[in-house]
Amino acid sequence: MKSRISTRFIVFVVAVMLLLSVFGCKMEPEDKVLQMSTTTSVNDSGLMAYLQPEFEKATGYTLEITSAGTGAAIEKGRMGDADMLLVHSKSAEEEFIAEGFNEERIPFMYNFFVIVGPPEDPAGVASAVTAAEAFQKIADTGSLFISRGDNSGTHNKENAIWASIEYDPTAQAWYESIGQGMGDTLTMANERQAYTLSDKATFLAHENDLAMHLEETDDMKNTYSMIIISKDRFADSNVAGAQAFVDWVQSDAAKTMIADYGKAAYGEALFFNMD
Amino acid sequence: MELINSIFDFIFGPDPELRQIIAVTLRMSFFSTLISALLGIPLGVLLGANNFKSKPFVSRLVNTLLGLPPVVAGLVVFLLLSRSGPFGTFKLLYTVNAMVIAQVLLITPFVIAMTANLVGVNAASINETLAGIGITGMKRLKYFLIDYRIPFISIILAGFGRSIAEVGAVQMVGGNVQHKTRVMTTAIMMQTNMGRFEFAIALGIVLLLVSFLINSIVNQFQKAVGDD
Repeated sequence: MKSRISTRFIVFVVAVMLLLSVFGCKMEPEDKVLQMSTTTSVNDSGLMAYLQPEFEKATGYTLEITSAGTGAAIEKGRMGDADMLLVHSKSAEEEFIAEGFNEERIPFMYNFFVIVGPPEDPAGVASAVTAAEAFQKIADTGSLFISRGDNSGTHNKENAIWASIEYDPTAQAWYESIGQGMGDTLTMANERQAYTLSDKATFLAHENDLAMHLEETDDMKNTYSMIIISKDRFADSNVAGAQAFVDWVQSDAAKTMIADYGKAAYGEALFFNMD
Repeated sequence: MELINSIFDFIFGPDPELRQIIAVTLRMSFFSTLISALLGIPLGVLLGANNFKSKPFVSRLVNTLLGLPPVVAGLVVFLLLSRSGPFGTFKLLYTVNAMVIAQVLLITPFVIAMTANLVGVNAASINETLAGIGITGMKRLKYFLIDYRIPFISIILAGFGRSIAEVGAVQMVGGNVQHKTRVMTTAIMMQTNMGRFEFAIALGIVLLLVSFLINSIVNQFQKAVGDD
């Protein structure tokens, strides 16, 4: 009797295992899943969630998006944990390409960074014409400035603006580097009533009492690019899927979606297509 | 090998930043553990050594607080200390003091619960003995504190371990400000978010080394106390 039960048990286990393996086979073939590594600003703005279902419907691919700071987002590509990158940091992208992950980066849309700060604008940033001039005013008045300090695309842009006026703020008491994401940085800038550089989409989506003092200057242009991870580096990279996204996102239908995004919620576009 | 090199660089290298991060970490952990021990051990003894009507309820309350997620503690302290919060005028947010406050909120229930459990086991017989020589009421507290001084050190060390390893609450109320409130755990988070995984692991190992060192020192002290 006892041995019959254990035989039955073994048959049961085998049956369950067979059943599970059948389910496993029925799952989407691996090349139908496209893994994209992107930055928090793209994801937090809600743009990807808005584009994703349309892309999946049009191409049949399943898009899996992970978001992190630009540094970590690119590192995922480097370690083979993504098929493509969607990031916004030219210098980091060029470095990545130089390492042989692909021949090209594909710039496809842009928006503008904004300088935000206390509504009273003690540094007079609003009267500046360029971001460089605004930063100079902040430095001259010693107004508190919170820096992302996390090697993100936004942080790299901030560094580039400081570099353009040949000024190193890192040792100044009014300059605080916090190594955190855009949302946390805006929270701290709000609490301390400090200035900071933000992407517009995240700023508009964030609840705070800060005011936008400067926007749409040439030196605050923020270009988003895609990089497909070459099969030469990771043989299982889903290049076909990534190419399908690259083609789709530059189609007329997708371009219209991108140009319209944000108009309903904020009354203005948040992203602009490259010509 | 590269990992070992970078660990060595951190501790003895020319860049003072890591040593500064370790100093802030130790300052925060030391004060939060000290305050939690001063509050938690007497309260734990009172809870463990006495029988009173609401004891099951109080025990349950303390155990519930043990499950308080650090981010919730962080959020509560954040809202209290915020510019628009009730204690905003003290300008405590994004300081080491704010981190200590959040940590005390997290560690004190832990110290109370551990102390009460420890003392509770033999409380009945100790109470009887003390009553036999005429010691009752609050006067017993002193005897419990002296009797259990060695295991108390272990509880304090466990509290210290919690404090030095916490990240969610200190990130929220400390803000990971460079040279000011950046501690080991928030630095590790930051490096991870930046994709510098090896650097982050090296920092993690340094954190363990620091913990090991402190445990070794305190254990020596514990032995010395035990030998008295």
